[in-house]
Amino acid sequence: MSSSSRTLGAAADPETALRVAEEAVRLAARAGVSEAEALVVAGESALTRFANSEIHQNVASNEALVNLRVARGRRVGVASTGRTDAEGLRALVERAAAIAAHVEELEDWAGLPDPDGAAPGPVPAAWSDGTGGATPELRADGARAVIAAADAEGVTAFGSFSTDAEAVAVANSRGIRTAERRTTSQLLTVTMGPDNGTGYAEDCSVDATRIDAAALGREAAERARLSASPVDLEPGDYPVVLNQYAVVDLLDMLGYLGLSALAVAEDRSFWEAGKRVASPLVTITDDGRDPAGLPMGFDAEGVAKQRLLLLDRGVCRDLAFDTQTAARAGRRSTGHGLPAPNPWGPFPINMAMAPGEATFEDLIGGLDRGLLVTRFHYTNPVHPKRVVVTGMTRDGTFLVEGGRIVGPVRNLRFTMSYLDALAGVEAVGRERRTLRGMLGGCTVPAVRLASFGFTGATRAG
Amino acid sequence: MRDLTSRALDTATALGATYADVRVVRRLEESINIKSARVEGVASSETEGFGVRVVVDGAWGFASSRDLTTAEADRVAADAVRIARASATAIRNRIVLDDRPPARGRYVTPVAEDPFAIPLDRKIAALLEADRAMSAVKGISWTESMYAAQREEKTFAASDGSYTEQVVTHIGSGLEANAIDGDEHQRRSYPDNGGLWASAGYEFVRGMDLAGNAERVASEAVELLSAPPLPSGTRTILLHPSQLYMQVHESCGHPTELDRAFGTEASYAGTSFLMPDMLGSFRYGSDLCDIVADATVPGGLGTFGWDDEGVAAQQVPLVKEGIFVGYLSSRETAPRIGRRSGGAMRADGWNRIPLIRMTNVNLLPRPGMSFDGIVADTDDGLLFETNRSWSIDDRRLNFQFGTEIVREVKHGKVGRLYRNGTYTGITYELWRSMDAVGDASSWSLWGTPNCGKGEPPQTGHVGHGVSGARFRNVRVGVMS
Repeated sequence: MSSSSRTLGAAADPETALRVAEEAVRLAARAGVSEAEALVVAGESALTRFANSEIHQNVASNEALVNLRVARGRRVGVASTGRTDAEGLRALVERAAAIAAHVEELEDWAGLPDPDGAAPGPVPAAWSDGTGGATPELRADGARAVIAAADAEGVTAFGSFSTDAEAVAVANSRGIRTAERRTTSQLLTVTMGPDNGTGYAEDCSVDATRIDAAALGREAAERARLSASPVDLEPGDYPVVLNQYAVVDLLDMLGYLGLSALAVAEDRSFWEAGKRVASPLVTITDDGRDPAGLPMGFDAEGVAKQRLLLLDRGVCRDLAFDTQTAARAGRRSTGHGLPAPNPWGPFPINMAMAPGEATFEDLIGGLDRGLLVTRFHYTNPVHPKRVVVTGMTRDGTFLVEGGRIVGPVRNLRFTMSYLDALAGVEAVGRERRTLRGMLGGCTVPAVRLASFGFTGATRAG
Repeated sequence: MRDLTSRALDTATALGATYADVRVVRRLEESINIKSARVEGVASSETEGFGVRVVVDGAWGFASSRDLTTAEADRVAADAVRIARASATAIRNRIVLDDRPPARGRYVTPVAEDPFAIPLDRKIAALLEADRAMSAVKGISWTESMYAAQREEKTFAASDGSYTEQVVTHIGSGLEANAIDGDEHQRRSYPDNGGLWASAGYEFVRGMDLAGNAERVASEAVELLSAPPLPSGTRTILLHPSQLYMQVHESCGHPTELDRAFGTEASYAGTSFLMPDMLGSFRYGSDLCDIVADATVPGGLGTFGWDDEGVAAQQVPLVKEGIFVGYLSSRETAPRIGRRSGGAMRADGWNRIPLIRMTNVNLLPRPGMSFDGIVADTDDGLLFETNRSWSIDDRRLNFQFGTEIVREVKHGKVGRLYRNGTYTGITYELWRSMDAVGDASSWSLWGTPNCGKGEPPQTGHVGHGVSGARFRNVRVGVMS
């Protein structure tokens, strides 16, 4: 019987992943295609989940993905497999080549990216042995620390602690050969008290051992205690302070709906070069190599990630490009391609908002009568081009009067243009958190907004 | 396959598991995406592996792998046991599973035309024809057409002697026309936003007549650009089946998941306002409201032979004549309310643990009027068609939906269009205000192939049968 002592990172070997990618490209060339690109992601993921202050789910998986894009002239096919053995790769090449033989030509197919755009090398900050060596016991320790903090406040803890280690490699027939290993970890907790009080806390890190589970537990538990017995509040427009957990949704939606070259080309984006869409206090970047986030050196096409200045003091500057959208625009990819096929287009997945000068007390202190929002729940675009989004507040919504928290209110529904919200940024917090965004890491401060539109409220039961 | 499943179960049991099961899953997928009459992406994927779930010292453990070897079965089973032992250090209640007879047999989705056997170029040509018809409509900015099929071959074995094999085929297709003018972006889809899905073969796609509906939906998208926005107010609303199924999904399907009621989804999707002490007494909806979770209905995305715990497909009443009477449940959760599992545990592939998922959560039709008849019976109302946006709070009470199109109904006649239509409310207040439900002639199955739940995230395929319904005094036209 084999040992079960293998650590999480054992399957995340970049050299092995690159060999598999190269072999897939070699087999594709032998099959007669004119271009081939293989993306290999292989590694192990594990997650420990707790609810009602006990662990109820604990899982681990060893996974691999080989995504192969081939072209016969301008005819392009994509196939993927979970197998990395010779037979699996042969079958993969056969399927991709068969697709390319049957599809119509893409008139503006720009070909695969050249090595010129390849990553200069792995980003060392993308990997941590602390996560690569994570064990079920480490995650259980984290869960127990959160639960202990909840017990101390007389509330109940729910949440999860995940650790992921993967090797990512890209090879293509034009000579791109790049690979790196990446780790991510996330601990989040929702806490619930006896009088409908709820709280939340979260941290994401490349290094699981840097996550302070006890501190997160205390933060969420205190918030649950403070939010007990919420009262009704008439919906309407209120100035607000958004905690970092809520701000991450603003950036996610901007990236998802508007900050890609394809969205602009299809006229579904708000973005116009040089147009002011937010307050001068808002600067948003995307930087895959920023160690403050969840770094990665290259995109799914093996192109080095460039730093993008998406909003420069409120003004639209850069956009995310992949190889195909860049070629149509007569420029180079910025390294924001997603795995093919990708009809949605390139995506900024390492976004960050620049910090300001305000302390949390400064932010709250600026509210004469307004709301402090911990986070948003189940948000969804209502009018994508204007970035009008609806959703609910969750896990701690507080009325603030005279610069002081007065007490909790019942969760509110908002229907609000996130562009209008960002145009009204009055102050930006100086402390940022790295949190999990829609597709990657997102590093954000808290903000104070002049107005936020609440259109409804939930009920007690 | 029995070598691998037996090895995993034997190893887990030898290492101390009091219960173990193993699922071996091979999944094939094929997709076609066309944008503005250009074949943007054609993809084929294949994944296979196995997952071992164990109970040790009263706690769950789960591990999985893509390597289908007996040696790996040993390693994964041992990992699952080790993980369960780590879990056991932080449990307060030991796992207790309900009894059920060992599951044995084979289930195969009835398929007339195997979607994976239809030549790719024929499937592309059919989509292209429809997409070109949309693109040809003046004023259309861009179009998108999709086709996808998925086949899952699944073997389940458990330490109680269960052994089942299933082959489940899902298929979906649809069209989307987009018209943009300045800041205004309008979209119309057919048959549904994201395509219409079912458990079926390619005959299901042929039956959609995509090309025959392409010009109509594209013209509607253009027409919406000049339609007025829906004014705010409190109105009678009619929910077409293409929207009503999403209302059922969010405001009945999710809150009747028993794991949510017990809090085990609290950290992600949330909990439920429907608690066990409300069973049999809480008025969820009007007397016309009968909702059943039915894993046996032909063609549904939630139709199968056995769930991923080996519990046979069945019908479970959730709401009866307006009263909340049941939950979607599992072998672990059902005994806690004195019931047997309703067979709702499903996993998103071999590397995920089964969760309570909707099967086909259906609003039953009512004899009397067809949906068209209900429209004709409405003096002053608004007809909401084709879901566009959805949001609901973490306890599933406050919801807001938007649809692609809203049509005014005056004196039983469908009239002018409105754009950007939304409606909002509280779950039980809406369902209590339902005063008409379409009859069986209007009833149809819809599918949600992107239902998110769980950590790590899982995507579920679930079904909903509905016939259209009318609701009174609903707030509409919510927009900042």
